[in-house]
Amino acid sequence: MKTLLTINEIYYLVGIIVMLLVGMTLRDKGNPKRLTTALFWFLFGAVFLFGDMLVAGLGKPLAYRIIGSVVVVISLIAGCGLLSAGSYKQRSAEERQASANRFGNWIFLPALLIPLITVLCTVLLKNVSVGGVYLLDQKQLTLAALCVASVCAILAGWKLTGGTPLQAVRESRRLVDAIGWAAILPQMLAMLGGVFVAAQTGKSVQEVVTLFVNPDNRFMLVVIYCVGMALFTMIMGNAFAAFPVMTAGIALPFLITGQHADPAPLVTIGMLAGYCGTLMTPMAANYNIVPAALLELTDKYKVIKIQIPTALTLLAANVLLMYFIAFR
Amino acid sequence: MTVTELLPLIGIPIVVAGFAFKFNPLLVVTVAGLATGLSVGMDLGTLLETFGEKFVNSRSLATFLLILPVIGLLESYGLKERAQDWIASLANATSARILMLYFVLRQFLGALGLTYIGGQAQTVRPLLAPMVEGAAVAKYGELPVPIRDKIRAHAAACDNIAVFFGEDIFIAFGAVLLMDAFLKENGITNIEPLHLGLWAIPTAIAALIIHMTRLTRLDASIRRDVEAWQKSAGQEVAA
Repeated sequence: MKTLLTINEIYYLVGIIVMLLVGMTLRDKGNPKRLTTALFWFLFGAVFLFGDMLVAGLGKPLAYRIIGSVVVVISLIAGCGLLSAGSYKQRSAEERQASANRFGNWIFLPALLIPLITVLCTVLLKNVSVGGVYLLDQKQLTLAALCVASVCAILAGWKLTGGTPLQAVRESRRLVDAIGWAAILPQMLAMLGGVFVAAQTGKSVQEVVTLFVNPDNRFMLVVIYCVGMALFTMIMGNAFAAFPVMTAGIALPFLITGQHADPAPLVTIGMLAGYCGTLMTPMAANYNIVPAALLELTDKYKVIKIQIPTALTLLAANVLLMYFIAFR
Repeated sequence: MTVTELLPLIGIPIVVAGFAFKFNPLLVVTVAGLATGLSVGMDLGTLLETFGEKFVNSRSLATFLLILPVIGLLESYGLKERAQDWIASLANATSARILMLYFVLRQFLGALGLTYIGGQAQTVRPLLAPMVEGAAVAKYGELPVPIRDKIRAHAAACDNIAVFFGEDIFIAFGAVLLMDAFLKENGITNIEPLHLGLWAIPTAIAALIIHMTRLTRLDASIRRDVEAWQKSAGQEVAA
């Protein structure tokens, strides 16, 4: 069955926006590293614009090798410090205050449309097709909905302020430059996760962890499972990657089979112990590092530092909850 | 244990050391990936192929870029200024109270599966952070960067914690489905996603209590920071 808006078209849209930014950066004489900054974003945007075409034209192995090499170049550009913020023509503080006074609370409307339309589309357009064509990609429904919502919000912003979509993209350049390499880190970490899976890193972690296990001490087993989930999540940046390793290594053999724990609360609280790790690691870039950039914080680790007290207290709470609920 | 069994772990110390010595994270991650792959005997071609495949297949992680144009546009037409003016007009609004209200709403909506109603790019940067900051500015006037950053970081942290420990209650959420599939694969068949969602509730309540307790102290903590800053600024002027 066909789909009107597929995830691939959304990638084209991301690619087009990135390429517009590349053009603006190239013309930005105020950016001391404009050529390398533009090259960085060009390579990134190219993966979105041409990735699917490369795979279709050259076959998966060759296309993926080319893209893999591109990724290495991207990381070298960032690693050598060749990225820089540019200069931006911004409306003055007085002009912004005057607009704020003129539009009043209407200025919130386009911003509020993003969550509102996203949720409405996900709920109302699930499994909806017209004449045999799905309106939105059903496998990536929330992303398709988010894309529709973003476009609607840009149009609403245009209607309200008179600022065109192109101007909107221009205004987003200072945000994108502020985020910089952090925008790409989540994908790089997904890549590292893929290598870890191929190299069977999880199996090695499991073997190391079982060295510390005393199968008779129920409380220590719970502690090792919870803390292990948090630590391995911190390394992988993602509790989903840590879950199968730690649960197969510790929870199944020692806690469920050995100590007859109730599986449902055991694995649920185990997963949530992993989430405590997510709050404490720069590897969870999209939650911890990208926001620090978005909010223009001087210290990139400030969000993590604020989260650590809650994360550690909650990790301890999870140990106790697991101990008392799974063995009630 | 033999050295061969430990080789797949080589990426872990590289990542830890790389972050500790503040190398660029993109470079650290690439080097860790290369070292791990090569040490277990993958050839460079296959390794690059894995790199490319995973990078292409995880492009959905970059879709937050679509939200930035409208945020940039609205900000240049006074979104932040309006958010701060509006908060300043509410007499009872303080930084901590706004965060508490947001936390409860975000966690509750997350539990209903409405996770996309908030987010760092969607709500924190354009709305929550300016409002929380605006409440403090309305009280103390312009803030120095460290205090401003602390308040903003609290806004980001509030969003993360609320959604992390709300979404798992929703039975169609990815983590719940992942756990369900894992248990079935391993021969534990008498469990439904509903049970898994149910057992996420105790931790959700614990998260609510722990973070709310911290937030109840935030306003006082901001006041102390501002007083300390005013004192030191006063001394500098006197000197």
